[in-house]
Amino acid sequence: MMHVRRSPEEIAANRARYEEHQKKGLEFAPKTLPGPSPVPASAIAAAAIIHQETIPGGWYWSTKLLRGEAIRIDQGEGNSTVALVAWNAEDTSERINLVDTAKVQWTTALGKGRVIFSDMGRVMFSIIEDSSGAHDCLMGGSTAASNAAKYPGEKTRNTRDNLIIIAVKLGLDRRDIPGILNLFAPVRLAEAGGFGWQGKRSNSGDYVELRAEMDMLVGFSTCPHPLDPDPAYQPKPVVITRYKAAAPAADDLCRTATAEAVRGFENNTLMQA
Amino acid sequence: MSDFIQTSPARTIQNAVQDHFIPAEAPWSGVVRKGQTIRIEDSLGQQAIDTLFYRADDFSERYSNQDTMRMQGAAYIGIGTKIMSNEGNVMLTMTADSCGRHDTSAGACSCESNTVRFGHGTKYLHACRDNFVLEVSKHGMGKRDIVPNINFFMNVPIKPTGEMTIVDGISAPGDYVELVAEMDVLCVISNCPQINNPCNGFDPTPIRVLIWDGED
Repeated sequence: MMHVRRSPEEIAANRARYEEHQKKGLEFAPKTLPGPSPVPASAIAAAAIIHQETIPGGWYWSTKLLRGEAIRIDQGEGNSTVALVAWNAEDTSERINLVDTAKVQWTTALGKGRVIFSDMGRVMFSIIEDSSGAHDCLMGGSTAASNAAKYPGEKTRNTRDNLIIIAVKLGLDRRDIPGILNLFAPVRLAEAGGFGWQGKRSNSGDYVELRAEMDMLVGFSTCPHPLDPDPAYQPKPVVITRYKAAAPAADDLCRTATAEAVRGFENNTLMQA
Repeated sequence: MSDFIQTSPARTIQNAVQDHFIPAEAPWSGVVRKGQTIRIEDSLGQQAIDTLFYRADDFSERYSNQDTMRMQGAAYIGIGTKIMSNEGNVMLTMTADSCGRHDTSAGACSCESNTVRFGHGTKYLHACRDNFVLEVSKHGMGKRDIVPNINFFMNVPIKPTGEMTIVDGISAPGDYVELVAEMDVLCVISNCPQINNPCNGFDPTPIRVLIWDGED
């Protein structure tokens, strides 16, 4: 087996560089991220609202979202998980990539101040408000089989089928469905590696606001999370408001909070040049 | 590099139906038939092996990391893990593992994500996504077909707080995993070229892939 190992000096230099990145990433330099956004949410100016949609529990919806617009996803009075997927509107082979999102930001815990990346190293969304702080980027959504096991004998809808419908109606197909971001799902990993639903199911009245950093197609599904502790299938409606966001200031939190976000937005700038 | 470690009297190097040497940083693909066992060997230790599976007669059915984690209720891959497809079917089952730590949460490196994570100066370094793009293109697939993968032998602990960081791999020379195919699958590997994090000890090394027919 012909193979030349790298020199110890080369390895040591690369290790030192990684440890420096890791330290900065884990210590949130240069900005400390804020806590959850206050509840209730402040009103969105009527003139800024482009569209408001109430998705019934268990259903799906999709919308185009232009750069500079935002969506508020509001649980209303219920407790509901919202599965979210997104594609670049101009090239749908570029899509939300949660493994990169977690890896490059050194965390699976997404909340206010974090951003969501595509597979091309560009920022799709900035999380500009988030009262929940309890989202799941690992486990994915329900399927016909998982619902049949959890709710035997009940007529249910599931996230997998909802996303197939969304993709196909947009002219895409099953191959184009990316990993799912579950908003309002307090799923965390125990030390041993097993998933658990941590604490409260989530608060009614919780909301998330995502600012679009490129033109996108965005899909939503409102079925219960596979780990939702409610043994009954009773998903609640979710209100989504699409609105014209304020232009980001020079010191915009999401654009400046981490070195990784800064570099991601530099990639966005090249795309938009 | 260590000697071949036998896991079954029926499986020797001599009676393997396929035996592939995959150089450091290179891609590979091949079909594993239902009932066959594939062994992926980390020949020199501490090497991350990025792997995808596609149903051999319908590539639209493919590995799903989220379905695999959901079905197991756990984030790591180990003995007994059922490798799930996006259609909810079991593609393979892991039957042997001498290492004990494999990731499916952190995805593959790419030129693009490297710029975000390690700086724009790392853009022109060979990366797993480029290996995957080249390799799946041989089978008529494109970038849209590259989904989040398994990283055999990569050590990515996730804390209860969500904190996630790639740390030194724990695999020793000759460590292996074995998976039995539950359907005919195309296996696509990128033998990870990453030198910006410790997934392969900053020193990518060769691997070996062996395939045996079923014992029945």
